[in-house]
Amino acid sequence: MFSFIVRRVGYAIPTLLILIIASFLLMYAAPGGPFTTERALPPEVLKNIEARYGLNDPLPVQIWNYIWNIVTNFDFGPSFKYRDRSVNDIISQGFPVTLTYGIWSFIFAVVVGLTLGIVAAIRHNTAMDYTAVGISISAQVLPNFVMAPILVLIFTLGLFRLTDGQYYLPGGGWNGGQIEYVIMPVIALSTSYMANIARLARSSMLEVLNSNFIRTAKAKGLSERKVILKHALKPALMPVISYLGPAFVGMATGSVVVDMYFSTGGMGQYFVNSAFNRDYSVMMGITILIGVLTITFNMIVDIVYAWLDPRIRLS
Amino acid sequence: MKFTTMLKMASATAVVAAMTSGAYADSHVHPETGEKLAADQTFTYRLLDGIPTLDPQLNEDVSGSDIIRDLFEGLLNQDAEGNLIPGVAESWEASEGNTVYTFNLRDDAKWSNGDPVTAGDFVYAWRRAADPATASPYAWYMDLMSIENGSEVVAGEKDPSELGVEAVDDKTLRVKLTSALPYFASMVTHATTFPTHQATIEEHGDSWTRPENMVSNGAYKLTEWVLNERTVRERNEMYWNNEDTILDKVVTLVINDENVALTRYRAGELDKTEVPAGQYPALEEEMPDEAHSFPRLCNYYYTFNLSDKGPEAFKDVRVRKALAYAVDRKVITDQVLQGGQFEAYTFTPAATAGFEVPDVDFAGMTQAERDAKAKELLAEAGYGSDNPLQFDMLYNTSEGHKKIAVAMSQMWKQKLGVEATLANMEWKTFLETRGNQDFELARGAWCGDYNEASTFLDLVTTPSGYNDGKYSNAEVDELMVAAKTSDNPQDNYTRVEQILAEEMPVIPVYHYAGVIMLKDNLKGWPFENVEQNWYSRDLYKVAE
Amino acid sequence: MIAKSEKMDALAENIVEQHAIKGRSLWQDAMARFVRNKAAVVSVVVLALITILSFVGPLFAPWDYETIDWGTMGNAATLGYPSIATGHYFGTDDLGRDIFARTLQGTQISLTVGFLGAAVAVVVGTLYGAISGYVGGTTDNIMMRIVDLLLSVPYMFVLILLLVVFGRSLQMLFVGIGLFAWMDMARIVRGQTLSIKNKEFIEAAIASGVGSFTIIMRHVVPNLLGVVIVYASLLVPSLILTESFISFLGLGVQEPLTSWGALINEGAKTMQYGVIWQLGFPLAFFIVGLFCFFFIGDGLRDALDPKDR
Repeated sequence: MFSFIVRRVGYAIPTLLILIIASFLLMYAAPGGPFTTERALPPEVLKNIEARYGLNDPLPVQIWNYIWNIVTNFDFGPSFKYRDRSVNDIISQGFPVTLTYGIWSFIFAVVVGLTLGIVAAIRHNTAMDYTAVGISISAQVLPNFVMAPILVLIFTLGLFRLTDGQYYLPGGGWNGGQIEYVIMPVIALSTSYMANIARLARSSMLEVLNSNFIRTAKAKGLSERKVILKHALKPALMPVISYLGPAFVGMATGSVVVDMYFSTGGMGQYFVNSAFNRDYSVMMGITILIGVLTITFNMIVDIVYAWLDPRIRLS
Repeated sequence: MKFTTMLKMASATAVVAAMTSGAYADSHVHPETGEKLAADQTFTYRLLDGIPTLDPQLNEDVSGSDIIRDLFEGLLNQDAEGNLIPGVAESWEASEGNTVYTFNLRDDAKWSNGDPVTAGDFVYAWRRAADPATASPYAWYMDLMSIENGSEVVAGEKDPSELGVEAVDDKTLRVKLTSALPYFASMVTHATTFPTHQATIEEHGDSWTRPENMVSNGAYKLTEWVLNERTVRERNEMYWNNEDTILDKVVTLVINDENVALTRYRAGELDKTEVPAGQYPALEEEMPDEAHSFPRLCNYYYTFNLSDKGPEAFKDVRVRKALAYAVDRKVITDQVLQGGQFEAYTFTPAATAGFEVPDVDFAGMTQAERDAKAKELLAEAGYGSDNPLQFDMLYNTSEGHKKIAVAMSQMWKQKLGVEATLANMEWKTFLETRGNQDFELARGAWCGDYNEASTFLDLVTTPSGYNDGKYSNAEVDELMVAAKTSDNPQDNYTRVEQILAEEMPVIPVYHYAGVIMLKDNLKGWPFENVEQNWYSRDLYKVAE
Repeated sequence: MIAKSEKMDALAENIVEQHAIKGRSLWQDAMARFVRNKAAVVSVVVLALITILSFVGPLFAPWDYETIDWGTMGNAATLGYPSIATGHYFGTDDLGRDIFARTLQGTQISLTVGFLGAAVAVVVGTLYGAISGYVGGTTDNIMMRIVDLLLSVPYMFVLILLLVVFGRSLQMLFVGIGLFAWMDMARIVRGQTLSIKNKEFIEAAIASGVGSFTIIMRHVVPNLLGVVIVYASLLVPSLILTESFISFLGLGVQEPLTSWGALINEGAKTMQYGVIWQLGFPLAFFIVGLFCFFFIGDGLRDALDPKDR
């Protein structure tokens, strides 16, 4: 196990390096820069600004300085757009927001998704199965930029009018993470993941229920409940678990749509805005953050996988 | 916890909060109008985007300026009509043929930490704005103000201490100009010229603008700033005119989508938001006391690329005129935007102070006459069904711009058989493409830096940094240079507008209106101020 | 659709080929199983109808997708409602353009993005995975490392950057979306290839002196077809969803062209203003279309999954 982790981390470092360099080059290839403004800045003003951010150095020097600052000081540089914030500030403000939404969404998606999927499989080809499949496909095909306004119309405007302004969910914002600010974003964020989990759980459960060892167990006269809980559940969860890694990263790094629609101040907003603003350093910081998270969670999934399934070795 | 319990708890806290503050404000009435004031004096409004900076010298953003005007106070302020009124300076005089300005500062102006506001604070701030080390994107404003040595300091050729501004004593500020600018005084209402607190900046560096560090001299002080989510500013007890300030707290919420903002306005979460394009008539009917439309100091146009990189067709004035004539501006203002915008036949908006809209020939025609003339001109230029005019039409991604571009391209297609291909780009790519003259026809818009026609007409002069169409006419250049020092520049402006109508380097489309929803219990909004320089301390909430 | 008919041709061809190799009518079996799946068959029919409608419908519509109805422009809520009389069967948008014509036009674009994107992913993924699995050893190791690396790239981000850097065009959209979907395909294909590689018929081919590339193309790839088809059928709807997200960001197709995503996005913004048809009709097409793809995907998997046999 230990040598497995060491090796995976060993792979991760060159991966990240390549990621950094590739994004850097791609970023600089984009037309315009962080200081391209509506009224073109006088050249001497632009020169002063570029000098301040080290943008007048040759590209390899810039990349080297960037990586060096990360390695030695864990400093991801200043934001080019938000003058009094460093990338570290922005991430440490935005990431907890996104992570909170991510964790709640993850719990919601896993609990509801698994329940739906397993129930559907056990009651295969019944009305309950069709309902569960219907719900999960609907949840998957309804884009969250449609879901979000519908939620807001119902829970913000609708409830506000129905209760004469007494009760309603605020239509956006974070406000320190009060629970009523979290509900709608979590629903909008988690439904498509929930649907995926439900579909995966259903199909793998069906497969397991049709397999020989379950038939044997049933033939031995074990109760259905016991068969499912003791024998079927664990193997049926395997494919779901391999999906949970990417799903968690997806939710924890924030849905762009949810963050933009609900204006949460979370990472999702920076994700897109930094690209549009050419805020190079923020863009890099977020790319690296997501890269690290993806690698880490894939590794955790592999470890969990090996622990659950004795046939797989961490090699 | 149950859903309903949670909600009740949330509203219970709100009620408690309202009650505690109510004890103080309940008995108050407005000193001038005698209206009964609401218990809760909190004003919440929508921001499109996160504020990039709250540093007065670095700010280049309109919504940033709105906040900075509350947090800091400059030499002069504007009243509800946009007239100059004293700020930190109680009085000022111009001497030596308008090239030296002297400002006398009030004695009771204080910083939020209790320090007095001195002339030295202004000198520090102005030098800081020009200093290359500050690297302010608005450094050119010091140059625009024609302050002595301004451009040399910005270029790094002279030391910031040589900037033509000095503290004669703690309460007297003297500014030397290189040329006599008649409107110089109005320029010091701009955020770039606001004072900043040297000790604070030196102690905290870039992070001096955080709520926990900031020392400011305005009516409000910053108490919360969550990037891309909200800012909160609250009454500054140290402000010299704190007693006359009524609003206790001003909150901004970032809401990217204007439709979401409108929903939240309806749910009572906001006191002010912008009206989405096309929704004003319906909202005006539904909430006549809350929907407002008023003229703004901005224009909207499409510019032809007249540089060498531009298409040959646009070098022909008949083609340019045909396209400009065939745009039915009434359709755009009344059917697309529907927010009380104004049809534009001149580059400068009629709302500009001291500007008389000159007679230009195509403004007087009916649309049918314009269409007929357009067909005639285009045919003369050699374009027709066998040889249709084709070009790309560039605009930046946005719902409103898209609608106008689609409408204009269809007008041209149906009336003239012209094939305009739409090309939208995200903002930075758009700016780069337009700035490099890699376009054929491109959208442009300008909001006045100050309330005078030259802020617009300077854009069509040869040296302008915003003349992306590269229009160049020696007579226009001369007229605009002469207007700078002329006692009666209106004649020059009239002539320039007439030349523009004759040569049509740009297609004026419409002039802006501010179209907002404002809760009817919020009073004091300066609708008459075309620059929309508003100050929270002039606003108040009345009891229902 | 082009991609679709190609796939069907390939399917037909391989029924024959498989027949020759295995001496068993595997594809006919699968076909029979698929036909028994009612949801899947209905989905195929519905999808075919939508596709045909999107090409034939505009011929019968009184308005085209870009022409503005100046009379309704700006009064969509009161004048632009769906009506047979005005010729706007699905109503108009804010600018007075016909939603019926625009929905059909959007359907063409979205389906094309889905199919072409999936085609790019399938071709690249299959070849990559098959080569990696078949060659094995260090090559396999390196090739799979690269896939791992690419999988850890926040791809939405890179896609946004690509669209910004290289400008927005339909081709860029197809390639961009497809290029980011092939990695999973490659992994699955590699796994399958590893197990096929040791089969007798491959050994026989090697023994008779057939070159590696020919073996991959003639013997390995055809045997992967089942997996590939199932995966591709699930890929198409997910790429259509991706396109709708890109449209949400304003990086989708250029006006006056449109897509399901662009239409839905506009409709979602205006739905509080009493013009629900602007959202309703495109969304209905979108949802029905995606439902069909999911059911077809499930049907194909049930039909082609070897474990069920």
